[in-house]
Amino acid sequence: MTLPTNAVEHASSGVLLSIRSVAKTFGKNIVLRDISLDVAEGEFLTILGESGSGKTTLLRIIAGFEQPTSGSLEMSGERLDYLPPYRRPVNTVFQHYALFPHLTVEQNVGYGLTVAKRSKDEVASRVEEALAMVKMSAYAKSKPSKISGGQQQRVALARALVNHPKMLLLDEPLSALDANLRRQMQMELKAMQRKVGITFIFVTHDQEEAMVMSDRIALLRSGELEQVASPREIYSHPATSYVAQFIGHTNLLQAEVSNGIARCGALSWPTSERDGKVLFSLRPENIRPAGASSDVSRFLARIADHAFHGATELLRLKCGDQMLTARGTTGASSSGEMNFEFSPADAVAVRPSEERI
Amino acid sequence: MFSRGYRTAITLPPVLWVSLFLLLPYTLMFAYSFWSVSSTQQIVQTWSFENYRELLSRDVYWQTLLRSMWIAARVMFFSLLLGYPLAYFLSFHAAKRKDLYYQLVIIPLWVSYLVRAYAWKTILGTDGVMNTLLQYVHLTHHPLDFLLYSPFAVVLTLTHIYTPFTILPIYAALEHIPRNLVEASHDLGASQSQTFWRVIFPLSLPGVLAGATFAFVLSLGDFLAPLLLGGPSGIMISNIVVSLFGAAYNWPLGAAISLCMLGLVVTLLFLTERLEKKWSFS
Repeated sequence: MTLPTNAVEHASSGVLLSIRSVAKTFGKNIVLRDISLDVAEGEFLTILGESGSGKTTLLRIIAGFEQPTSGSLEMSGERLDYLPPYRRPVNTVFQHYALFPHLTVEQNVGYGLTVAKRSKDEVASRVEEALAMVKMSAYAKSKPSKISGGQQQRVALARALVNHPKMLLLDEPLSALDANLRRQMQMELKAMQRKVGITFIFVTHDQEEAMVMSDRIALLRSGELEQVASPREIYSHPATSYVAQFIGHTNLLQAEVSNGIARCGALSWPTSERDGKVLFSLRPENIRPAGASSDVSRFLARIADHAFHGATELLRLKCGDQMLTARGTTGASSSGEMNFEFSPADAVAVRPSEERI
Repeated sequence: MFSRGYRTAITLPPVLWVSLFLLLPYTLMFAYSFWSVSSTQQIVQTWSFENYRELLSRDVYWQTLLRSMWIAARVMFFSLLLGYPLAYFLSFHAAKRKDLYYQLVIIPLWVSYLVRAYAWKTILGTDGVMNTLLQYVHLTHHPLDFLLYSPFAVVLTLTHIYTPFTILPIYAALEHIPRNLVEASHDLGASQSQTFWRVIFPLSLPGVLAGATFAFVLSLGDFLAPLLLGGPSGIMISNIVVSLFGAAYNWPLGAAISLCMLGLVVTLLFLTERLEKKWSFS
C-alpha cells in the first residue's frame, strides 16, 4: 500500500508556520481537534473543507481573531498566539473584502502603512506600486462602493500585500465572483503568489479551486485534518474514503482480500494489501474499454446510463449488482454489454471514514 | 398591483392627519403672525410686518433666543459626551447583556417628563438632596443657590432627559458597522485606538449627527424644564411664546416667534440631512 505522505514538497525551504495540536471549542461545540500542520516558506497551502469543517476558524486563529482553546502557533520559531492581530506579520484578504467604505481605494491600500506611521512619500510610492501590480491604478481615487466585486477583490489583495506580510491569509476570497472571473482570478492569484514569493494560506470549500491553485492541500473534515498532500498526491492516493469522494469522483469498492487477490462482486484484482476487508478507491477515468494490454483486471458490464460532460462522458456501468462510474472520451455505445478494464495499481486502498454528522 | 380603492384607503389617513394637525395649524399661525391686537384686546385681521419688526428691534427676544440656543448647544454637547461612550459600550462590549442594558437606556423614556423634572427640583433645591449632602460632608456651609433656578439646572435636566435620544441613533450607527471592518483594521496593524479613530468613529458620524440634532432641536423648543427649574435667568424662547399666547394675550407676536423658530429648526434639519447623506456609506 502506498502511504500518502505528509511531507512538505518544498523540503529545501524552511518552515514558516507551525501549528501544534491546536483545538478550539465554542461552548460545547468542538470546532477543531488536535490540528498539527507545518507551512513552508513561499508555499501556497489551501485549507479545503465543507462549510462547518472549521477551516475559517483555523484561519482566524492564525490571524489572531480567535484564541486556540489549546495548542500553540509558532512563526519562524517564535510564539504567534501570544500576539494580538495587529502585531502579527500576517495579513488577511477577507471573504467579503472588508474594504473601508469611507476611504478611497488608495487610502484603503495605504491604511496599514499609514497606521504604521510610514512617511507620506513612502506610503504614496508603495500604494502606487501595489495598485499597479493589481492593475487598479486608474481607480485610486474611487470609493469601494463605486467599483465592481472583482475590482474590490484586487484592492483587498493590494491592501494586504502592500505591507509585505510574511504570510497572506485568504478567506474564500473568490466565492462572491461569477465563474469566469473566478477562474481568471485563480490564475492571477497563483501567478501573483509566485511573483511575490509570500506564503499564501487559502481557505476554500471548492475542491477544483484547491486543485488548480495549491502546492499542498490540507483537507479538513469536522475539525480534523483528513490528509495534507499535494493536489496530485491527494487525488491519486487519497488517504480515506472521505478524501477520495470529496476530491473528484470515485468508485468505492468494499473488497475482501485473500492471498493477494481482492474480490468485490464480479471484480477481482491482485493487491499487496493484507487479508481481510479492505476499502478501495478506483477513479472513473481509470476504467476504460478493454484493450490488448496485459496486467489489467477485466470485467464485463452493461452501460446503464451516460451523461455528457463536454470533453468527457460519465458512464454508469452495471456489473453484477455493482454500480460503477467510468469516464470515457468517445461516444461509447449507449447500451449493451462490453468488456472494461483497469490497472490494479489504480485501485488504491483507503481508510474508511466513519460517518459523522 | 393594488386596487385604487385600497391605495386611497391607506393614503387617506396620513394625508388627513398631516393636513388637520400640521398644515392647518401652521397656516393659521402664519396668518396670525401678520395680524395685530387692538387696544381693546381684539385680534385685528389687518396684514403687516409689524410683529416681525418688533421681534428684530427688541433685545429681549434676541437675547432669549441666543440663550436658548446656547443652552441647547450645551445639552447637545453633554448628551453626546455621555451618550457616545455608552452607545459604544453597548454595541461593542456588552455582549450577552446587550438587551438588558438597552432596556435600561429605554426605561427612563417611559417615565413622565414632569416626574423627572420634579425629581431634579428635589435634588437641586435649597433643602434638596445635593445641598444637604454637600453641607453634611462640610464642603459648603450654606446651601448653594446656583444649583436650582439657573441655566445650570436647565442644562442638567435637559441633558438627563435627552441623552437617550442621542444614545439610540449612535447605537444604531455603531451596530451597522460590519465587524469585519474592525477586524480588517486590526489585521492591517492598527491598534484599538487607531481603529476607533480611523474606522469606527468616522463610520458612526451619521448617528452622532442624528443624535446631536435630536438633543439640540428638542432642547431648543423645551419650555417645561426652564419653567420648573430655570428661574428668571434660565428663561428660554418657548417660555416667551407660552406667555404671549397666555397671559400677555398677544397671539400675533407669539405666532411670529414660533414661525421664526420653525424656520430655524427646519433649516437645521435640512442641513444635517444633507450632511448625513454625505457621511453615510451603505
